[in-house]
Amino acid sequence: MFGFTRTQTIAFLVMLVLIALAPFFLYPVFLMRVLCMALFACAFNLMLGYVGLLSFGHAAYFGMGAYITGWTMKFWHVDASVAIALGGLTGAILGLCLGYLAIRRSGIYFAMITLALAQMVYFFCLQAPFTGGEDGIQQVPRGKLFGFIDLSNDMTMYWVVASIFLAGFLLIHRIIHSPFGQVLKGIRENEPRAVSLGYRTDDYKLIAFVLSCTLSGLAGGTKALVFGIATLTDVNYPMSGEVVLMVLLGGLGTVFGPTMGAMILMTMENYLAEFGAWVTVIQGVIFMVCVLAFRRGVIGEIGGLFKLKL
Amino acid sequence: MMMILGVPAPLLFGQVLLGLINGAFYALLSLGLAVIFGMLNIINFAHGALFMMGAFCSWMLLNYVGIGYFPALFLAPLIIGIFGLVLEKTIISRLYKLDHLYGLLLTFGMALVIEGLFRNAYGSSGMPYRIPDMLQGATNLGFMYMPNYRGWVVLVAVIVCLATWAIIEKTPLGAKLRAATENAPMVQAFGVNVPRLITFTYAGGVALAAFAGVLAAPILSVNPNMGTSLITTVFAVVVIGGMGSIMGSVVTGFGLGVIEGLTKVFWPEASATVVFLVMVIVLLTRPRGLFGKSA
Amino acid sequence: MLEIKNLNSWYGESHILHGVDFNVQEGEVVTLLGRNGAGKTTTMKSIMGLVPRREGSIKFKGAELINLMPNQVARSGIAICPEERAIFGSLTVTENLMLPPVIAPGGLSIDEIYTLFPNLKERARTAQGTRLSGGEQQMLAIARILRTGSKMLLLDEPTEGLAPVIVQQIGRTIREIKKRGFTVLLVEQNFRFAATVADRHYVMEHGKVIDMIPNDQLAANMDKLHEYLGV
Repeated sequence: MFGFTRTQTIAFLVMLVLIALAPFFLYPVFLMRVLCMALFACAFNLMLGYVGLLSFGHAAYFGMGAYITGWTMKFWHVDASVAIALGGLTGAILGLCLGYLAIRRSGIYFAMITLALAQMVYFFCLQAPFTGGEDGIQQVPRGKLFGFIDLSNDMTMYWVVASIFLAGFLLIHRIIHSPFGQVLKGIRENEPRAVSLGYRTDDYKLIAFVLSCTLSGLAGGTKALVFGIATLTDVNYPMSGEVVLMVLLGGLGTVFGPTMGAMILMTMENYLAEFGAWVTVIQGVIFMVCVLAFRRGVIGEIGGLFKLKL
Repeated sequence: MMMILGVPAPLLFGQVLLGLINGAFYALLSLGLAVIFGMLNIINFAHGALFMMGAFCSWMLLNYVGIGYFPALFLAPLIIGIFGLVLEKTIISRLYKLDHLYGLLLTFGMALVIEGLFRNAYGSSGMPYRIPDMLQGATNLGFMYMPNYRGWVVLVAVIVCLATWAIIEKTPLGAKLRAATENAPMVQAFGVNVPRLITFTYAGGVALAAFAGVLAAPILSVNPNMGTSLITTVFAVVVIGGMGSIMGSVVTGFGLGVIEGLTKVFWPEASATVVFLVMVIVLLTRPRGLFGKSA
Repeated sequence: MLEIKNLNSWYGESHILHGVDFNVQEGEVVTLLGRNGAGKTTTMKSIMGLVPRREGSIKFKGAELINLMPNQVARSGIAICPEERAIFGSLTVTENLMLPPVIAPGGLSIDEIYTLFPNLKERARTAQGTRLSGGEQQMLAIARILRTGSKMLLLDEPTEGLAPVIVQQIGRTIREIKKRGFTVLLVEQNFRFAATVADRHYVMEHGKVIDMIPNDQLAANMDKLHEYLGV
């Protein structure tokens, strides 16, 4: 099922156990941040790792998802499930519009275009009244899930976030191992050949992009619900950079890399928060080290060491 | 008072002038990006940070060494250019055999490091840089009062852009650069030291960014974030113009600055996004960019 | 003048040259003959340092070149006219002509070049080097390396795809520069053309030099040559 190899199944089970045990040892709120970012990173990896397109503006989909979930929870008092779904839908619609433009170019231009489009979204959010400008949307209630599960309890919320993460994780894995995913890999390896085989590669790229944006929006919405806040930070380009870094650090195009990268980076930020601007410097250094000497990332290196595909 | 399209003429011209100034920065930065991309095949994400370093360098020269604006206009690009030279030699040159995307990621990391360090040292609030006495005041042009410094920025930027264009399009050195952009190994096989040419091209592009930074210092406040807010817009400028032509970069840069200025007059809310909107239109109608060549 | 011993070259994983040995004396015109894929062009590129990896020995005027960068090889006095001609489209014809730096005195002057190639003089104002016809591009590619003062020229298939009248002109040019003391290593598919200009012929097969035939013994070795080249 889901196309896991035997090692991957074992690794997945280990991850499941860790997710189940972690909240008894670590702060659930911290773990929820990790899981939200991990889902975001997995969604991003779908684009960079499997389609080979670097989107430098994924914060737009994450941040807009967060805003819409936050807004609908706070002002429409919808069910938490609806709000999160709307977050994902926001990512999907925005991804469809911006992706339609961006896939017209590839490589380096794709990165610049996605960044510029995301910056446009950022400026929109800066000025639009509904986002609350610099303050963001604050005091978003967690509300109830399916009308009866009260999410104000951190542990309850944690299990919901964990379920969303796992669902997203498995969905991405299923997509990669579907015939659709095989075509994506073919496009990454040799796009002209895929075209000559009769595949409409632009359609495939766009669908992958929309899927990736949907899950990013979902991750952003979940994050807004957990922390009760959606702000410009979620939609600004440093967030786009952060998700690139998580995937690069964990291992580009690996199954477990993005999750690992999110865990490492969030832990680091947790401990380094008091050092202020040094966090940026350290992130920058990690970026450079990853690119220069460590291109396979943590999971990629571990996998390489034991000759496993993780 | 004279009105144009229901807007007082001085306001309109004032905004066009401001637009030209922004356009000057777009042009100088996108020019550097295009030249660097042609030779190194990387998009230099650190360009905004190096622009900021140019501004800081002139500020430091003034406040620590007492060197004024006009010498700084030469010294700061030289110093930052040498810094760029070292960056290329020690770090960037390791990437040439890899996918272009790694160059983008590496220079993004560099930008984070540079900006983070400056933020640690100087905080995020801006520091003022006084307009030099010679360029204080304003000139009455008949239809508007033009602050002298702003006129100076536009003038100098145009001169530097044209000079860069002339060097690349009209000199033997420029011919080597263009040839190496097309087929670097062959140019090297003719006896040209292409790695050194690449290093100096990067340094030159960086010096242009630093030069823009010095010009910007008295206009924008000198602060660690001044580069990043600019660089994303410059990326859009580069996408709109396409990186195939030097003159194209310059014209696109100034043109978009003016469009931005006019938008401030007629539709202020959209002024921050208008460049991106233009990019969307260009992507829909001419995905290669206005001056882009095929492939 | 040029002495090559046990030259091996690789493109990534594929091993192209398997120990090439030959030499060129000063003032000679020597050809490399062989079928497609025999390794002639790779030999040329290996001499210039234009392959990712190479081993063995390339001695030029007694100095070892094997570890030098292409620009250093060029500075030692070897110039290449590549098979694909490598005329630059973003350069004018004159800029193309003036592109290779002069590395030593003794090259042809612009006037001498225009005397050899009158067409180039007419087209000197052409904005894009790639606007020239195939024959003109080939002349430009040869002309620009005559300027540099390099006395050892590598010409890779200069007659490929050109009209007979232009082939004749290129033949005249090669004989002319030989008279002026240039040394030429020529890659050719067309050995009838090669026979009109060369002193000796090396035959390559599967990344090795398998035979050497002096030009005056060409007639006697015709059968052997036909077998080598499969014509």
